[in-house]
Amino acid sequence: MSIKVNNLTFKYMVGTPFEKTALDNVSLEINDGEFIGLIGHTGSGKSTLIQHLNGLLKPTSGEIYIDNECITSKGIDLKKIRQLVGLVFQYPEHQLFEETVYKDVSYGPKNLGLDEEEIDNRVKWALNIVGIDYDKYKDVSPFDLSGGQKRRVAIAGVIAMQPKVLILDEPTAGLDPKGRDEILQNIKNLHKKSKMTIILVSHSMDDVAELADKLIVMYRGKNIIQGTPKEVFRNVETLESIGLAVPQVKYLVQSLNKNGFNLNEDIITVKEAKDAILKALRREKK
Amino acid sequence: MENMVEISNVFYGYKKHDQAEEFLALRGVNLKVKKGEFLVVIGHNGSGKSTLSKHINAIYLPKEGDVVVNGMNTKDTEKLWEIRQSAGMVFQNPDNQIVATIVEEDVAFGPENMGVEPSEIRKRVESALKAVRMEEYSKHAPHLLSGGQKQRVAIAGILAMKPKCIILDEPTAMLDPSGRKEVIETIKKLNKEEGITIILITHFMEEAVDADRVVVMDDGKIVAEGTPREVFSKVELLKKLGLDVPQVTELAYELKKSGINIRQDIITIDELVEELCQLR
Repeated sequence: MSIKVNNLTFKYMVGTPFEKTALDNVSLEINDGEFIGLIGHTGSGKSTLIQHLNGLLKPTSGEIYIDNECITSKGIDLKKIRQLVGLVFQYPEHQLFEETVYKDVSYGPKNLGLDEEEIDNRVKWALNIVGIDYDKYKDVSPFDLSGGQKRRVAIAGVIAMQPKVLILDEPTAGLDPKGRDEILQNIKNLHKKSKMTIILVSHSMDDVAELADKLIVMYRGKNIIQGTPKEVFRNVETLESIGLAVPQVKYLVQSLNKNGFNLNEDIITVKEAKDAILKALRREKK
Repeated sequence: MENMVEISNVFYGYKKHDQAEEFLALRGVNLKVKKGEFLVVIGHNGSGKSTLSKHINAIYLPKEGDVVVNGMNTKDTEKLWEIRQSAGMVFQNPDNQIVATIVEEDVAFGPENMGVEPSEIRKRVESALKAVRMEEYSKHAPHLLSGGQKQRVAIAGILAMKPKCIILDEPTAMLDPSGRKEVIETIKKLNKEEGITIILITHFMEEAVDADRVVVMDDGKIVAEGTPREVFSKVELLKKLGLDVPQVTELAYELKKSGINIRQDIITIDELVEELCQLR
């Protein structure tokens, strides 16, 4: 499902001394099935932007099209939009409320009016995607799970709605490295299998370097840079000046090149760095 | 050198609801933290790090064993306030720690409750905000600050109580890269310049690189400790425990696996560059 944003501006507390422009004339396009990394420092407008994409906020001006349908026009069926665009908030485990894992994950599908069998299938499917064993956990209270498991159950609740676009706002904040890797791997697999369009909001440059097809960089309510991770991370100075960073291996490659190596400056992951360094060392030996 | 914190053979457990057996979060922990030390504690979620840290300012009391902070046993209820004044805590979410509507009032909250003289409070608030480089914001509303700024205000609030030790439980988990940097630089400065003992719990391995010592927890026990270099060279152990190493350490480990003869205790970019230059 494709997304098109035209000249989107959002101001809050208009007409008061506290008026603030949170989004300033944002235009962007996201293609069907793309994996987008949305980065920017705290307060740059990332969360405001994603809340527009499923109609939680109404723009001050500008339009948003989801598959050529304008969702910012009057009289639009917002319920339908929210089925198409699933939003996982920060700390989604705070929204768990049911007595069992099964009931919690099935809450969304049930409200879609699906029949029992379909609901059952969806719950199984969603729990499988997030790596939670259905038979073992379906009757367990979600509040008895570990932090990482709770978060995965909460994400399953959104995935079970089978949205066409899945937006996740910092899904790994506060998790340990293993929990973080598991969730990111789940999201990656989901993207591969289902061709869902995915928008991942993240503060981890290493994670988006590894996962995203395209990055969108927000600063002061504007989308100032976009492109593939390799393209975006070429702007080292700009990114640092707006409170972001580049992956650690990128700094390593720069430093190696200053010391006589001749590595590709576009290296952004550990694996790429390893391959390039091995090649360089072996070539010298010959 | 005297010890700031002495944890001897500490056990702690609690009942999870609808389970008959008590869950043991700490199973015989021994740890001494020297005065002025910068200690980092790592471990996966549920390994007992936070439970341990809450013992240091007497939020939890050991079921077995003793915790002695600055010479005071945390079981001594008469010393409770003195202990909490010596060892201040900063938590993950800055929004849960800020109580006032103006930055300087928030920082003054601790010393006010200790009954410090108003003129002395003013001095302390000023110097605490200066130490975290937030003096320009003393009249601002905390909720309008960035995450990194809020966390620095929370640290200033602890500093105003003149602690000897600060325990930080994942203070950067919710921050963007620049906020994370601000907070970590502040912590290092307080350790170096003011000599405050720092106990930092974190999931970001890069933050542990400059510590004096790293302690690794698993299943309620300390399973490894040493300098960052010693600990991070155990790449396989850390991965098995669900932890990570800095990207450059991981890269050195991967290169070694591919047959390159490279040191395994690399923790900074400069070290890896130097090592690779020698291999050419």
